Amino acid sequence: MATLKDFRNNVKPNWCPGCGDFSIQAAIQRAAANVGLEPEQLAIVSGIGCSGRISGYINAYGFHGVHGRSLPIAQGLKMANRDLTVIAAGGDGDGFAIGMGHTVHAIRRNINVTYIVMDNQIYGLTKGQPSPRSAEGFKTKNAPHGSIETAVAPLELALAAGATFVAQSFSSNLKQLTTLIEEGIKHDGFSLINVFSPCVTFNKVNTYDWFKENIVNLEEMEGYDPSNRALAMSKLMETNGMLTGLIYQDKTRTSYENLVTGFKEEPIALQDIKITSEQFDKLLTEFK
Amino acid sequence: MIEQLSWKIGGQQGEGVESTDRIFSTALNRLGYYLYGYRHFSSRIKGGHTNNKIRISTKPMRAISDDLDILVAFDQESIDVNAAELRENGVIVADAKFNPVVPEGVNARLFPVPITAIAEELGTSLMKNMVASGASWALLGLPMDVFNKAVEEEFGRKGAAVVEKNVEAVSRGAQFVLDSAGGPLVDFQLAPADGKQKLFMIGNDAIALGALAAGCRFMPAYPITPASEIMEYLIKALPKFGGTVIQTEDEIAAITMAIGANYGGARAMTASAGPGLSLMMEAIGLAGMTETPVVIVDTQRGGPSTGLPTKIEQSDVNAMIYGTHGEIPKIVIAPSTVEECFYDMIQAFNLAEKYQCPVIVMTDLQLSLGKQSAEPLDYNKIVIERGALVSEVEPREDGSLFQRYELTDSGISPRVLPGVKNGIHHVTGVEHGTDGRPSESPVVRKNMMEKRLGKLKALDFDAPFHADAPHEEPDLLIIGMGSTGGTIDEARGRLAKDGIKTNHLTIRLLHPFPGEQLKPYIDKAKKIVVVENNATAQLASLIKLHAGGSDKLHSVLKYNGNPFLPSEIHKECKGLIAWQH
Repeated sequence: MATLKDFRNNVKPNWCPGCGDFSIQAAIQRAAANVGLEPEQLAIVSGIGCSGRISGYINAYGFHGVHGRSLPIAQGLKMANRDLTVIAAGGDGDGFAIGMGHTVHAIRRNINVTYIVMDNQIYGLTKGQPSPRSAEGFKTKNAPHGSIETAVAPLELALAAGATFVAQSFSSNLKQLTTLIEEGIKHDGFSLINVFSPCVTFNKVNTYDWFKENIVNLEEMEGYDPSNRALAMSKLMETNGMLTGLIYQDKTRTSYENLVTGFKEEPIALQDIKITSEQFDKLLTEFK
Repeated sequence: MIEQLSWKIGGQQGEGVESTDRIFSTALNRLGYYLYGYRHFSSRIKGGHTNNKIRISTKPMRAISDDLDILVAFDQESIDVNAAELRENGVIVADAKFNPVVPEGVNARLFPVPITAIAEELGTSLMKNMVASGASWALLGLPMDVFNKAVEEEFGRKGAAVVEKNVEAVSRGAQFVLDSAGGPLVDFQLAPADGKQKLFMIGNDAIALGALAAGCRFMPAYPITPASEIMEYLIKALPKFGGTVIQTEDEIAAITMAIGANYGGARAMTASAGPGLSLMMEAIGLAGMTETPVVIVDTQRGGPSTGLPTKIEQSDVNAMIYGTHGEIPKIVIAPSTVEECFYDMIQAFNLAEKYQCPVIVMTDLQLSLGKQSAEPLDYNKIVIERGALVSEVEPREDGSLFQRYELTDSGISPRVLPGVKNGIHHVTGVEHGTDGRPSESPVVRKNMMEKRLGKLKALDFDAPFHADAPHEEPDLLIIGMGSTGGTIDEARGRLAKDGIKTNHLTIRLLHPFPGEQLKPYIDKAKKIVVVENNATAQLASLIKLHAGGSDKLHSVLKYNGNPFLPSEIHKECKGLIAWQH
């Protein structure tokens, strides 16, 4: 059985020292080993940006696509080979700006993919522009007088879109994050895990200390019921989206693949694709 | 006895024009006639004039006709709009309900038939189509039992009572018109057909069927005219083969999902028209850069922007070839018949996997939506070749990754699917080394560019163009692509009667362009005419660029939304020859 080190490779990430993304990488590696995967059974599809490089830093099949499109690529991959464990990962710009359309629809569709957003509330790789997660008033190069747009609330949005698994964590809380990724992988459907991942170079507001002060950890809250959607929504609103932990899970729904008429257990990629002459003749009758 | 005639049905969109045409032509197909259909329709569902025209012939015929023999009209507008197209002493069968009038200056035989009244008497005005098609059939003096059998099959699953009602509607329509015309029209007696039943389908059906036969099991797509029938067919057919269609949120999701699925090892495709193709460009570049196979169908319609969504154009040629930023290997194929739509899809999937690159299959609205007779499709030609796909990989001693982008003489590298042990490698749209990991090394960059772009140098493509070249020294070489081939051939027949010798090339491979192979034809030609449905002569530009001939090349262009008529091409070509002398 594979262990944590089997998911490591020799590539040195090009992230800045202290970047939250290092811990997210580690959490994915731990979670993969903990749920009993072999490296070749895992595929990571990532977007563009600092965080997008993550698919190259884990010993697994990795696909680093185009900006904002990690989710459709990941969904296509899962549809082709449902035996694979597919993780999509990318930044808040990737998922909530350029790729927001796909995020909402991937949530609605509920294909069994785990989506990890590495949320640093800023654009890092392009050197510090505001992201859709930047708070109103947030000052950056591209918003010198402070952002005058409202920050997106991704988890409320996910709930509204019909999400079946919504979680949030903080890169410093490796234990919680690893567990949530494991839960996300095991969840039968689409799982969204938003992870606060401080950008130590450009984001001087949402720092490690700031998160520590503002995060409300559900694990410290007694009697929270993650199957209660209305409760999840109200808690998120109460805490201005700063909740961490498993916020919502609907175990009653099954994933998209299981609802597709005629879809087989055997992955499409492994099926014999040649049709027989009898099948072909039958197909032609419609055109006679 | 005549060898061919043209029939048209007109009415308000949603009024039964489509179904009248379908039943009438299905029955004709059963008798073995060659059919070629053209739909005039608008971007709306109910209301607005629409008409379907079919050419019925005893011989293969792949063009709409210049004129019209029989017009069936559900309303006066249909007569007003289409009567001018009728030949001298043509026939109008019209619903008596609206007191039809033949416009001034038109010499036609009018047969008012109480189409609506008969249908309503039998229970529902929905049966108008049966009355109208029955009347048409009777006027041609064709055997009623064949027609009734078609009706039976159309309504069989709704029960015997429904079949009976519809057969009665047909027979009432037939009887009424025969009484008023005094029997079938003698001048419209079609010579018997060869009796061999053809397939009767639109290009989009053939594309979808071809994809299915090629092993395509997944199609993410976004609805668009005139591509939607492809996904509609596969939505019905794929579940029977373990596959599925996902209707995506947009075309960017469609193409990237298809890329993800191909990466995963499924044969997956998407289909769209110009607006969707524009959205897909960045991802097509990703497929080229990551050497991921993917098949994209572009059913061209009038552009730019929303343009003319329900009208023909061939104006995406440049977009398909040059649309992506940067430089990637890409194959663009243009089937020119319904049969080729089928076979080319099989070829497209094989080429995509063999050369590990995007393949675009180009049609135009007339080829995609014009319902026509097709020769039987050959099961034995369904061959699936998956290229350099490896299913087992030996462990590597040095701990290096699978060399997914290994440099080889052909430029084609071994490909392994996720899930295979020891096959782990990286895939990225960033420039990368042989293991797929990012690299900015100038040496790696140069090697990889040459590897990717060199893959198609030895492209093995079946028939990059068709040459119908009976003349050693033709007066004219006519070149076209897509749906225009039949129209060009019909014009050539007329040119031959004028004493003008023509050869005809149909370009099937648009990229990489077969310039060298075309050159001998170009060099020998005295004059060249390139026929295309666009305003900027995109095909002609390709020919000039890759095969020369600019000093003797003339373009015949049409971009008003309608397909070429044989008479238009005939006239242009004749004028060109006359001008020369």
